[in-house]
Amino acid sequence: MAEQKIVATTGNSLVAEAFRQCAPDVVPAYPITPQTTIVEEFAKFVAQGRVHTEYVTVESEHSAMSAAVGASAAGARVMTATSSQGLAYMWEELHIAAGLRLPIVMANANRALAAPINIHCDHSDIMGARDTGWIIYFAETAQEAYDNTLMAIRVAENPQVMLPVMTTLDGFITTHSIDRAQLMDDETVKAFVGEYHPENALLDTDHPVSHGNFAGLGGTYFEFKQAERTAIDRSLGVIKSVGAEWSAVSGRPFDVVEGWGMEDAEIAIVVIGSTAGNVRHIARELRAQGVKAGVLKIRVFRPFPFVDIAEALKGVKAVAVLDRAESFGAEGGPLFLEVRSALYDCTTRPAMVNYIYGLGGADVKLELIRRVYSDLADIAGGVAEPSGLVYLGTR
Amino acid sequence: MSKWDISSIDDWKSEDFPRGAMIPEAGNSADYVTGGWRSERPWRDESKCTQCLICWIYCPDSSVVLNDGKVVSFDLDHCKGCGICAHECPSDAISMALEGCELPEVK
Repeated sequence: MAEQKIVATTGNSLVAEAFRQCAPDVVPAYPITPQTTIVEEFAKFVAQGRVHTEYVTVESEHSAMSAAVGASAAGARVMTATSSQGLAYMWEELHIAAGLRLPIVMANANRALAAPINIHCDHSDIMGARDTGWIIYFAETAQEAYDNTLMAIRVAENPQVMLPVMTTLDGFITTHSIDRAQLMDDETVKAFVGEYHPENALLDTDHPVSHGNFAGLGGTYFEFKQAERTAIDRSLGVIKSVGAEWSAVSGRPFDVVEGWGMEDAEIAIVVIGSTAGNVRHIARELRAQGVKAGVLKIRVFRPFPFVDIAEALKGVKAVAVLDRAESFGAEGGPLFLEVRSALYDCTTRPAMVNYIYGLGGADVKLELIRRVYSDLADIAGGVAEPSGLVYLGTR
Repeated sequence: MSKWDISSIDDWKSEDFPRGAMIPEAGNSADYVTGGWRSERPWRDESKCTQCLICWIYCPDSSVVLNDGKVVSFDLDHCKGCGICAHECPSDAISMALEGCELPEVK
């Protein structure tokens, strides 16, 4: 395990630091709240000569991702960051980055989408981008945001994967709050992430290639999409092995799903992102009272770790899934639908309830989490039936 | 280096294609038959043709075939039927005919 420096800083600072340590060749970026300080601090590193990156100030997120696609196809290691409307504005290029199998790494500060205008945290932006072919990590803390970024570059550039990766952190909660974190020294990170040697670079004039060609009119589009699906499925194993490697270096455990008290849990909450801390706090309180409460935090959302989730939840009596995004008109939030689907093939299935919470940065008070566990205890005890979708904490 | 062989591309499975919709070599566009989606084809009246080569200059697909500096035929594997040749021909020697009709004159 390598020596680390303990720092008190924000999630965004740590992501900027992780970018610098990965030494990308190109960072095209556009500022958007609450992501801005990532690219702002990174721009400062470039200005100070602490990293030799071509920093491209583009005129929109659409251009940022276009430039990222171009630079990555040219053979560069490319990183960028965005949030909310910016991520939505990148939508078509997100598909292109994944379709061309370009290992771009992007941080997303999870933030609500308009209307009405809102700059605070929820997962509507990232859930809108969940089917674009990107691998998606979620961070609970600034530390995880840092660790995820370093692991992401290794996963993206793995020859078995070659897909873009999004590392997300909750807007203002994780991006701007000052947190305690351990920072690795540059040399160790450099050794961990390694150098990027692109295979089919456009700038390799000795071996000219052409990217992004036409495959319509009875062409090969379908087969390419199948190859993309194979690659993202295969990435789960790579994510786990890179995670194990980083664990050995950093001393911090990593798994695609991380359980707390799940070994003998009778009631459990499934959660992603920063709210996991609050949930664990209440679970710990309940454990002290003898309630068998558990928490299942999902750290990698794409590829969705179905098997790991089913394995963790199959023995539980009642499960609540907390969604920080809507899927209007669907039978619950996006996380709920997939968790429930993951459990369909289990012989014993827990009762399941879905809570939509914290949209647009609405406070996630401990009281609300306590209420979810109390509902679960009622369901597990046979006192109450699982209800439909619940909006947690609305007036 | 041997040329990239795409002769059996219609039978390729997803894992046989190069990653990410890429063409891994240059200078192979002639291997791709691009005339398949043509709805009209050009034909040339040899008696009106003055061999000015305007059609050859304008053809965006290099599909006007010359022999010894003279127009002899059209390359219908690559002609996409855009009609520029017919439009630009100063002596109305080229016209566009519906694809699929009988045209013995077309070589």
